[in-house]
Amino acid sequence: MAPLLKPRTKFELKLGAATREAFGKALVELGDSNPNVVVLDADLAKSTYTADFGKKFPDRFFECGIAEADMVAIGAGLAYSGKIPFVSSFSAFLLNKGFEQLRVTAAFPKVNLKSVGTHSGISIGEDGPSQMSIEDISLACSLAGFVVICPADEVAMTKLVKAAAAYDGPLFIRAGRAKAPVVYQPDQQFEIGKSVELLEGNDVTLIATGLLVAESIRAAETLEAEGISARVIDMHTIKPLDRDAIAKAAREIGAIVCAEEHLVDSGLGVRVAQIVSETHPAAMEFVGINNTYAESGPPDALLDKYGLRAVNVAEAARRAVKRKR
Amino acid sequence: MQKISNPVELAGIAKQVRREIIEMITEAKSGHPGGSLSVTEIVVTLFFDVMRIDPANPSWKDRDRFILSKGHCCPALYSVMAKCGYCPEDQLNTLRKLGSIYQGHPDVRFLPSLDASTGSLGEGVSLGIGMALAARLDHSPARVYVVLGDGEIQEGQIWEAAMCAPKYKLDNLCAIVDYNRIQLDGFVKDIMDLEPLIDKWRSFNWHTVELDGNDIPALQRGFAEAAATKDKPTVLIAHTIKGKGVSFMENNPKFHGTAPTREEEKLALQELA
Repeated sequence: MAPLLKPRTKFELKLGAATREAFGKALVELGDSNPNVVVLDADLAKSTYTADFGKKFPDRFFECGIAEADMVAIGAGLAYSGKIPFVSSFSAFLLNKGFEQLRVTAAFPKVNLKSVGTHSGISIGEDGPSQMSIEDISLACSLAGFVVICPADEVAMTKLVKAAAAYDGPLFIRAGRAKAPVVYQPDQQFEIGKSVELLEGNDVTLIATGLLVAESIRAAETLEAEGISARVIDMHTIKPLDRDAIAKAAREIGAIVCAEEHLVDSGLGVRVAQIVSETHPAAMEFVGINNTYAESGPPDALLDKYGLRAVNVAEAARRAVKRKR
Repeated sequence: MQKISNPVELAGIAKQVRREIIEMITEAKSGHPGGSLSVTEIVVTLFFDVMRIDPANPSWKDRDRFILSKGHCCPALYSVMAKCGYCPEDQLNTLRKLGSIYQGHPDVRFLPSLDASTGSLGEGVSLGIGMALAARLDHSPARVYVVLGDGEIQEGQIWEAAMCAPKYKLDNLCAIVDYNRIQLDGFVKDIMDLEPLIDKWRSFNWHTVELDGNDIPALQRGFAEAAATKDKPTVLIAHTIKGKGVSFMENNPKFHGTAPTREEEKLALQELA
């Protein structure tokens, strides 16, 4: 597949809407086009932006109160009856408090439930670790048969929410609170399970998801100045992974960095490593949150302090390149 | 499906169902006879008399839904569904065996005519709310029945759902508590007492009916009252006897989750002759 942009093309990476906001807008558009789409929230509709859908389609919006377990299983009941329910809350609450219901009422019978967790990662900022979802990729990926999606920007979120509605089966979409740098042109197409190569390169591959996609593009620009050519891949679908793109990167380049706003030992990176080790074992480095809970603070300062920046991705890339045989 | 409303005839079916429960669980060498026997009249009355269903067309959009939230008592459900014609009666004795459509807990992957997979306690009312909301959106006359265990309602999610259903005025939703007073570790009142149970549901704004859940005419009246109740969900607090119909199993916590031996099977079937 041809890369979207040539390596010499600089990304502007202007701040766009938060992916949660894009999610809310996409839901409204879906509501217009598909009468079977229904939305449930657990008293965070203003924060998850599902309130926009609720305003426009009050009959198809179900406020469940602060009761995530109940909400998820109500969603499953609606799905059993042919609806396309989106259940939404902060990711930390949806995945942790609703996990049992995601497992038994959605994953196990494989009903057509869409779960969307906003406020993922540590970039939510001041609210602190009880609200920060740093294990949701791990939890969602552990649900057999689930699809797990983590869009990088508003364009990706809009397109992938619509792809999610068209897909028949249970899935989880991870959204963020902070405004996200715009990575994509509005006409970019997305396919669930098919990654996007954003930059060509032949010394190292940066495989990132969510907010770390933009950081990886910035890292690639730094590396380019040092004479290291980095391929950048947006792995927006974490389950099922794009096995071909990973194997190709491992075979052609042989040094891989995975970057994610998630616990580093249980998210995107370890899943990519499994495919690399099964196909073309290669030097790998990992950028993520290291076995800790973060703290309150401004989002930017938190990303700096917990090592989720372009500088961290670039440093990992240098290590990976050094380790190449 | 031709409805059967004659209580004597329904009682006859219930007795056959009890025989099959004993045979299935004995053959499987594991399972939950006590709660399957206590819930028998509830399931028989719903499927043969109350629910609008068509076993020849199990995915009929306007059918009534049945959720066995206390999924471990599925032998009763499997036997009733087989007698209705949903699934083969001659395979009931494959219960819990590898590849059987009759899984240890209800599983729509193996038996698609089930309305929901269950087995993890506490989830049925929420599922039922979802189905009841969908019926309302679709202007469907479908009603949703959810059978709960008494121990099961110790789960917090039940009370989240109990708060939610009246908010949406789901008068097409009916929950039935199979109040047999015994759970795995012993008597409910000792493990985690539910009383005053009817007051709890009433205070959550449900229409409540208390009845003898092994008495078919009482159940018929209860379901009619539920159907006639507007703007509120109904819960039937159905007092039942755990192990009903087999003297040595009745009110005996041992038979919550222990299969009968071949000797016990023989004695049980003699009592159910």
